[in-house]
Amino acid sequence: MKKKHNLKRDIPFFIMLLPAMIYLLINSYFPMFGIFIAFKNINYQKGIFGSDWAGFKNFEFLFKTKDAGIMLRNTLGYNVLFIVLGIVLSVTLAIMLNEVGRTFLAKIAQPLIIFPNIISMVIVAYIVFAFLNAQTGFIDKTILKNMPISWYSEPKYWPVILTIVNIWRATGYGSIIYMSSIAGIDAELYEAARVDGATRLQQIFHIMIPLLKPTVVIMVLMAISKIFNSDFGLFYQVPMNSGALYNTTQTIDTYVYRALMELSDIGMSSAASVFQSVVGFVLVLTANKVVAKVDADNRLF
Amino acid sequence: MKNKKRGNEKVFFIVAGVIVALFALFCFMPILLVISASLTDEQALIADGYRFLPSKFSFDAYTYLWRQHLMIGRAYGISLFVSFFGTALGVAITILASYPLSRTSFRWRNLFTFIIFFTMLFNGGVVSSYMVWTRIFHIKNTIWALVFPNYLVGAFNIILVKNYYQNNIPAALVEAAKLDGATEFQIFRKVMVPLSKPVIVTITMFSGLAYWNDWTNGLYYINKKELFSVQLMLNEIQQNVMLLRTANERMGIAVNQADIPSNGVRMAIAIIALLPIMIIFPIIQKELIKGVVIGAVKG
Repeated sequence: MKKKHNLKRDIPFFIMLLPAMIYLLINSYFPMFGIFIAFKNINYQKGIFGSDWAGFKNFEFLFKTKDAGIMLRNTLGYNVLFIVLGIVLSVTLAIMLNEVGRTFLAKIAQPLIIFPNIISMVIVAYIVFAFLNAQTGFIDKTILKNMPISWYSEPKYWPVILTIVNIWRATGYGSIIYMSSIAGIDAELYEAARVDGATRLQQIFHIMIPLLKPTVVIMVLMAISKIFNSDFGLFYQVPMNSGALYNTTQTIDTYVYRALMELSDIGMSSAASVFQSVVGFVLVLTANKVVAKVDADNRLF
Repeated sequence: MKNKKRGNEKVFFIVAGVIVALFALFCFMPILLVISASLTDEQALIADGYRFLPSKFSFDAYTYLWRQHLMIGRAYGISLFVSFFGTALGVAITILASYPLSRTSFRWRNLFTFIIFFTMLFNGGVVSSYMVWTRIFHIKNTIWALVFPNYLVGAFNIILVKNYYQNNIPAALVEAAKLDGATEFQIFRKVMVPLSKPVIVTITMFSGLAYWNDWTNGLYYINKKELFSVQLMLNEIQQNVMLLRTANERMGIAVNQADIPSNGVRMAIAIIALLPIMIIFPIIQKELIKGVVIGAVKG
């Protein structure tokens, strides 16, 4: 009797949850079950469900190709580079912004350094093109003058270009979180150090940075859990999908797109994308375990 | 007297100021370059290249676009519709779903929270998602392809709003409303929504930005030009530019150059696509910073 009453009371709650549950079912759970595609030899005549099972063949083929090595190297390499540079530059910028305090300069500077992050990657690609195109680009025309470089067909420049674009886009945004950590530090700590004669630089190195360490550790762990993911826009849009650059711009995400949409190779693309999500899942769980050990308050779940 | 800076502190203050100023300049200059190019005379642009200040000032690119407003107007309309509709629907579904999860008297709340949260940990990947949307829902080349896949409702936002309800709205308020005979829907509408405006503003802003800036859904699901959003139009123009470049290098394939707007016009379109963001940015700037902090601190 009591149970029935409870269920009736819960009905409005179920109704409220319904639209979100339907959406997540379609957008997230159906694709999870769709992972089986990677284990099939898809043949549209037989349909997706009717196609023959391929076991791990798709994965075997994928990892035998040269592409696999290139995309894994690029995805991991860029991520390691971006994590290290991102931490160093964002923390430095946050400290500097904190020093500048509430001055006029800070009021002008902060919006400017956040702005690149809310621009679409298509427009970022236009901006990069404005610097780098051989005919009219700023770098070619004004700096290099008579010796333009065909940037979009020379893979060797792209690790540097993409890193600069990433610094431009992500540093300011990344510094926000460190600034809020710095704001949480008790001002009396600095005052005490100051009375003892510590210079500002000493206060930063001996008080601020050690107190920022937990935030840094958590940020690094979160980033490591996404180390097999890449910013599709950065690697697809900014190099303008130029085939000549794949050696230094191909990541797992751009490969999945190209294999699916340009080569119609469902076997390879689904193998790469399933590999990415399964490894990602394991890494998120591991990162959370470690975060829970470092600082239980900040664990994800 | 206490806060008077010592000599070394003054030096450090200046050094910090210079570094911040230089970095702000580094962030702003590239955008200035594009603005400047869109305001430069086409001949001057070809002769002198892109400059941070127009070598010969001209509004031609913008007047040209004004005359051609049908092309860009349509794309703009699609971007606006998708951004407004997607954001409104997504936010409504999100704040509605968060409510039961915040009620301790709801017996299934942990189960549902887990079902929602799990989507943040694991996903089926791009390929199976593409198969679901195209093979089951046949969304390809419909405007819904720009609205539904990926962006409509996210677990992260549901949990953010749920936490807000739990931490910022006193449970006693809900209990009092219940005693007055209010239904759950009435409590949601009259108590929760009005009291959770800050978090609703935050998720609305992030959702709106995501929709306006999105081009990946279009890349996967749209190839009919009538359905191009502004970002897709920009993407298409740039792909044609690249095609022309490769064709020129190989001297083989003919690309119709008439399809490609001039340098200045391309930059003007980029600026027009950026315009709504530039306009709302000063207003949302503080919210944006707050949102990043809440998001990172408590997911």
